[in-house]
Amino acid sequence: MSDLWPRIEPLLARVEKPARYIGMEMGTEPGNLAPRHGSGRAAFLLIYPDTYEIGLPNQGLQILYELLNEREDSVAERAYAPWTDMESSMRAAKVPLFSVDTHRAATDFDVLAFNLSAELVYTNLLNLVDLAGCPVRNEDRAPRHPIVIAGGHCTYNPEPLADYVDAFVIGDGEEVISELAEVIGAWKRGGRASREAVLRDLATIPGVYVPSLYDVEYDGPVVRSVTPRFADVPAVVDKRTVADLAEWPYPKKQLVPLVEVVHDRLNVEIFRGCTRGCRFCQAGMITRPVRERPEDQVRTMVKEGLRRTGYDEVALTSLSSADFSGIEGVVADLVTDQEGTGGVSVSLPSLRVDAFTVGIASELQKVRRSGLTFAPEAGTWRLRQVINKLIIEDDLYSAVDAAYSQGWRRVKLYFLTGLPTEMDEDTLGIAQLATNVTDIGRKYTKQASCTVSVGGFVPKPHTPFQWFGQNGVDELQRKITLLRNAVRGTRAQVKWHDPKATFAEGIASRGDRRIGRVIERVWRAGGTFQEWSEGFSLDRWMDAMHAEGLDPDWFVTRHRTRDELLPWAHIAAGLHADFLWDDWQAALQAHGLPDCRWTPCYDCGVCTDYALEHVVASPTTPAGGSQGTGQDLSGSGVDVPVRFLGTKVAAPAGAGVGPPTGGVIS
Amino acid sequence: MRGGAANPVRLRYTKLGKVRWISHRDVARALERAFRVVQLPLAFSEGFSPRPKVSFGLALSTGHESDAEYVDLVLAEDIDLDALPARLSAALPEGVDVVGAAALAERVPALQEAVTCVEWRVDVAHTDLTEVDPARLRAEIDAALALPALAATRRRKGRDVVEDVRPVIRRITVCDGLPTNELPRSGFPVVEMEMSTQPRGAKPGDVLAAIGDFTDVRARRTYQWIERDGARQEPLDADTRPRVPEACVS
Repeated sequence: MSDLWPRIEPLLARVEKPARYIGMEMGTEPGNLAPRHGSGRAAFLLIYPDTYEIGLPNQGLQILYELLNEREDSVAERAYAPWTDMESSMRAAKVPLFSVDTHRAATDFDVLAFNLSAELVYTNLLNLVDLAGCPVRNEDRAPRHPIVIAGGHCTYNPEPLADYVDAFVIGDGEEVISELAEVIGAWKRGGRASREAVLRDLATIPGVYVPSLYDVEYDGPVVRSVTPRFADVPAVVDKRTVADLAEWPYPKKQLVPLVEVVHDRLNVEIFRGCTRGCRFCQAGMITRPVRERPEDQVRTMVKEGLRRTGYDEVALTSLSSADFSGIEGVVADLVTDQEGTGGVSVSLPSLRVDAFTVGIASELQKVRRSGLTFAPEAGTWRLRQVINKLIIEDDLYSAVDAAYSQGWRRVKLYFLTGLPTEMDEDTLGIAQLATNVTDIGRKYTKQASCTVSVGGFVPKPHTPFQWFGQNGVDELQRKITLLRNAVRGTRAQVKWHDPKATFAEGIASRGDRRIGRVIERVWRAGGTFQEWSEGFSLDRWMDAMHAEGLDPDWFVTRHRTRDELLPWAHIAAGLHADFLWDDWQAALQAHGLPDCRWTPCYDCGVCTDYALEHVVASPTTPAGGSQGTGQDLSGSGVDVPVRFLGTKVAAPAGAGVGPPTGGVIS
Repeated sequence: MRGGAANPVRLRYTKLGKVRWISHRDVARALERAFRVVQLPLAFSEGFSPRPKVSFGLALSTGHESDAEYVDLVLAEDIDLDALPARLSAALPEGVDVVGAAALAERVPALQEAVTCVEWRVDVAHTDLTEVDPARLRAEIDAALALPALAATRRRKGRDVVEDVRPVIRRITVCDGLPTNELPRSGFPVVEMEMSTQPRGAKPGDVLAAIGDFTDVRARRTYQWIERDGARQEPLDADTRPRVPEACVS
């Protein structure tokens, strides 16, 4: 095993932010999680295919790092995408991709395991495999090359990278990582003889998809079938789900980087899964059901984490943290614990839009009240019913009133544009909401401001909107211009995401196996860091589509029909196709669907098929509804089990919905 | 100072090895986290948004190493300063070690003004990173130092500025034989540089570039000095509070 540090260090004087490449995070020192290599240990290089600052905080990757380094038969190190200046220096000096822990060459590992949380990093995956000195296509790899694995939310449609990734891991990673380590370890101890054999073994692990073991046939442009080539290879790969988060209090030793990174704070995941049923939200659909962490465990993880790391900020993370049924108790204790200590600030990402939430936020932020963010997502009540984000205007206005009256000066509102059934009045509705919000703010302060942030909607696999034809670049641009004109002269500001990047994301999001060659062409044309505006160009993507003889609009802006076999149909998130289709039809009729934690089960399929249940700490319906008062939570029923932590209470139930934020190879 | 219980303390720490690639600001953040980990009883400023009373000395550029960095803090209570360096070092990254702590008198001059002189040990190469002949290096240094002025081009606020760095330079010596420090070195000739920091200092690399076709491959600050009335003191020895027996503190 080689220590590349002597060859890396001379490159550092001439690159931006050299500390990206040194590792040395608190938690990685001997006695903690320092990697221990050994001849029999399965060696994983966990790679986040974006910069160190973006990738280091990823909780999924840190959980797997910790689990693998705790085991006696495995070891893990980490790597991130070197920025373009460093990559050029490395290629010129013939320095391959290396780990930041012990600066080992990537090909010294048995596995390169990628987190895929966004489609636009796909070209970076190819680049990093190449930088490792490993052939980018599966078919060209030999037994001496590492196995390339990917996990994370994007793997729910693995097809675009099917020719480049040897095995995908679908769903929560905490349990399956042990099974992977055993198979890889056995392969290693057997001399890494046959690649085919280890892939066949991997394919027998539930949740693992080995694309080279499937034949894809097309019927014209449409996928006709995806068929396993062997009897012991599953026709459908089901996601993995950790039933009880209480068994996984990870990361126990969150890494503390020496340089500033995004989310530079202690992060404690308070639940995984989400019951809101927002139809655009892939995370909410694929991570059902809700699994809350026990309140006491949250308290312990916060307290010990702060003490160990020295951080003065903690985020209680989930897809909708104010929905955590123990939130009030946890917050009250945190505030009490911190009195007179110089102050720890607590943040709740994904605020719910209501005054209750603002009340919690004001408990948490006694000082430094600068900005609060809410996500109404759509400009009119009609469109919010379409997307099932059931916030009525009064919910928003009472939240905003509470915020400004309690000292916040800036409110940020997130919206999507390009949603199904969206009309110009919906777009103009965004401007109206923003104007009303600044008017409310001006009652309290002349400095009141409101920023509207607009993202282009990309339909995602395994959601009710997976059949929807995405808006094209021109249509999105037209709507953005309409909105910008409408807020001109008001105190609201508009920020928007580049519609061209939204289009490229659309190609990858619902692409099939043929899109792989497009990604490869974009990469070969120099298109790395596609989620960074300085690296992105839609022309590369369009040129690549044309070179492959593929019609971009067929993949992106075309509505799919019910009878079309979707390219990801052989991957299961547990959601019944009928449920998704019915929900899509309900969306088109602007029918909302209530939160199933508090109302009868509508049988999406996850809890019933996987014998799972929601795990929540309190049977009480949240004040103000789970999203807003526009949601009817008055009904009750116990069709599907909801397990309450602590005493078992017979109470309202729901069928699963849930989002995960960590635990996948992510 | 809250309640009169002000205990100003000065710490000396190192920045050696891989960790040299983090910025001055990163070091400051690491120290602040370490203060919280060991639950150091820092005094806080008054006001709406209280800040711990911590003030750092001269900045150290990213990539440079040091045996002698300093930070001043104010503690709200008296603690055992002898045990403090080891406690803090355990909570700091490898290479950043607190190697000394001294109680200060009240209201002493800030480090950034008090320090007047620093010493460096620098591995020197040509700007294309080829090896330098020590004799030639010595000759060019001597020639440069004989001049009344030495123009150095430096990057300041995104612009190139030309300044005379001759007044900054007190001494530059090319070392004979192997350097005495324990870290593995680059194999290039080593010079010792002694430079003023007031009213303004200069980076070793800028000075070397002003002398000739030279650059610093590796630079390590070895000392900082506070000079007053013709005497020079290491900052841990300057402005200290005399130690008094416990019983006399009322």
